[in-house]
Amino acid sequence: MTGISALGKPRAGRGMTRRWRHRWAVLALAVITLIFLVPFFWVLSQSLEPTAEFSRNVPTLWPSHPTLGNYYTVLIRDSFSRSILSSFIVAAITTVITLVVGALAGYALSRLPIRGRGLVLGFVILAGFFPLTAMMGPLFDVMGHIGLLNTYLGLSIADLIYTVPLTTWLLASLFGQIPMEIEEAALVDGASRLGAVWRVIVPLAAPALVTAAIFSFLLVWNDFAFSLAFLQTANRFTAPLSIVMLSQTKYQVFYNLTDAGVLLTALPIFVLVLFAQRRIVSGLTTGALR
Amino acid sequence: MTSTSTAIRRVTPSTPPRRWGRRSASGKRLGYVLVSPAVLVLLAITGFPLVYNIWNSFHYFDLLNPTSHRFVGLENYRQVFSNQTGLGPAIEHTIGYTAVSVPIEVGLGLGIALLLNRPIRGRGVARSLLLLPWAVPTVISATVWKTMLDPQTGGVDYVLSLLHLPGAHTTWLNTSSLLSWVAILFADTWQVVPFAAIILLAGLQGIPRELYEAATVDGAGAWRTFWRITLPLLRPALLVVLVFRTLSALMIFDIIYALTGSGPGTSTSTLAYVDWNSFLVNGNFGLGGAISVVMVAIALIVAAAYRLILRPKA
Repeated sequence: MTGISALGKPRAGRGMTRRWRHRWAVLALAVITLIFLVPFFWVLSQSLEPTAEFSRNVPTLWPSHPTLGNYYTVLIRDSFSRSILSSFIVAAITTVITLVVGALAGYALSRLPIRGRGLVLGFVILAGFFPLTAMMGPLFDVMGHIGLLNTYLGLSIADLIYTVPLTTWLLASLFGQIPMEIEEAALVDGASRLGAVWRVIVPLAAPALVTAAIFSFLLVWNDFAFSLAFLQTANRFTAPLSIVMLSQTKYQVFYNLTDAGVLLTALPIFVLVLFAQRRIVSGLTTGALR
Repeated sequence: MTSTSTAIRRVTPSTPPRRWGRRSASGKRLGYVLVSPAVLVLLAITGFPLVYNIWNSFHYFDLLNPTSHRFVGLENYRQVFSNQTGLGPAIEHTIGYTAVSVPIEVGLGLGIALLLNRPIRGRGVARSLLLLPWAVPTVISATVWKTMLDPQTGGVDYVLSLLHLPGAHTTWLNTSSLLSWVAILFADTWQVVPFAAIILLAGLQGIPRELYEAATVDGAGAWRTFWRITLPLLRPALLVVLVFRTLSALMIFDIIYALTGSGPGTSTSTLAYVDWNSFLVNGNFGLGGAISVVMVAIALIVAAAYRLILRPKA
């Protein structure tokens, strides 16, 4: 209470410096945010520039004749739409497997009296830190033997390393927040345990599962290393792999085309962040700070 | 997600399970059954590669010529640390880059987190917008910066020319190794600082307000408050950010591939890059295995070291 009365009457000089400090903070945050967004703006501006204008090599802040022609060229002529579809397929397969595997493990780790829970959680985290390149050779070899190389399923399985550790950890922690009594009540009413889980816990856990699905999609969409390692023909390439390959070959001097591909690859992520940023932030901090 | 409703008990994964009493035996069995898919999947995609890499690392194993498989002892490890094969420099680059980039990125992230933690109008919008660079694929960040740093058509060049600043028309990539590393740092920092800021902001928001009020009453200045209250209480969040950042800096691959391709020459090659190169370009699974084992060891040492250094003083 003394604290509040002391803060209640600041001396005039102090109030002034505080106000100025506040203004500086607002300005600093605005400038920093702008600096972080400038590269996106630049890429957008160039992606709208017709090739004839771009090839004059005179950079402008905004093209004099903006066009969506580059997007058409990239998506249709150069079949980038197929790469986007590949990315969606792989992300979907991995996300479904992740949710099933992660939800089962998350439920067991938050509810059931298993011994070695700490060991399992520790292993899950350590596995999440496993160097990706260290997996490339062995998995390439195995996939070659069982016919999974250059398939969506093979890539999706490898991509589980991005998603399963985070999801298991996240769901174990979020399931733990659902009161045990609700589940016990369902059990008393004669439901089997899996029945209780399915009818009571899953609906209550829906928000947690959505968060896990969003993260899973995001992490798989962003994969490059495994696509590079396990996909071999351009018609299977995921969007990030495809745009890097195009930018190093066909589009080498045509940044305007590369930029269109870059933004098309980033677009689903932008949508996800804008609509689910609360979930992403809370999932990130739940996953990281526990 | 982080509901504060009192009806909802917050039970972290480390909390012991509550009363399964008489159902305990069946509960235990069910528990193992439910956990096993996740554990088996992770064992298959990390445990198997680890064992296979250790085995291969003591052998000569050319993927395209399987009959050449033979035991060579520590030969592959000797190559990893030798200077002739170009792997010694890769280790130096990797460690050097980590040592430079992590403090810069975590420092900037902390600065932004402190700003975001102030009651500023528009900080919610700023936080969402800052998430965008973090959320896009790493190679997209690299490609964006390749665009930005082009000596003729790049945004950096445009701004420098506009303001008549030195450095316009600089060829950032493929000529100077130092400038290439700076370019890598740009792309990496742009993507990673928002992540550091978000985690550290969550840490800052967890610090009880009363502590700051008490400090104000005691007449502590902003600087003193920062060192005595903010930093010590931020320790867990800082630990998390440092571990994540250090490990991913040591494993940096995507940006190198998309931005410099390890050039000029091999002056921006890193451990992960030569690992990929040995496996999938040269098919040298022995050397690739040895590099992989070294990388796993580094990851374990870093994780353990941070735990020791930043363990809260009881």
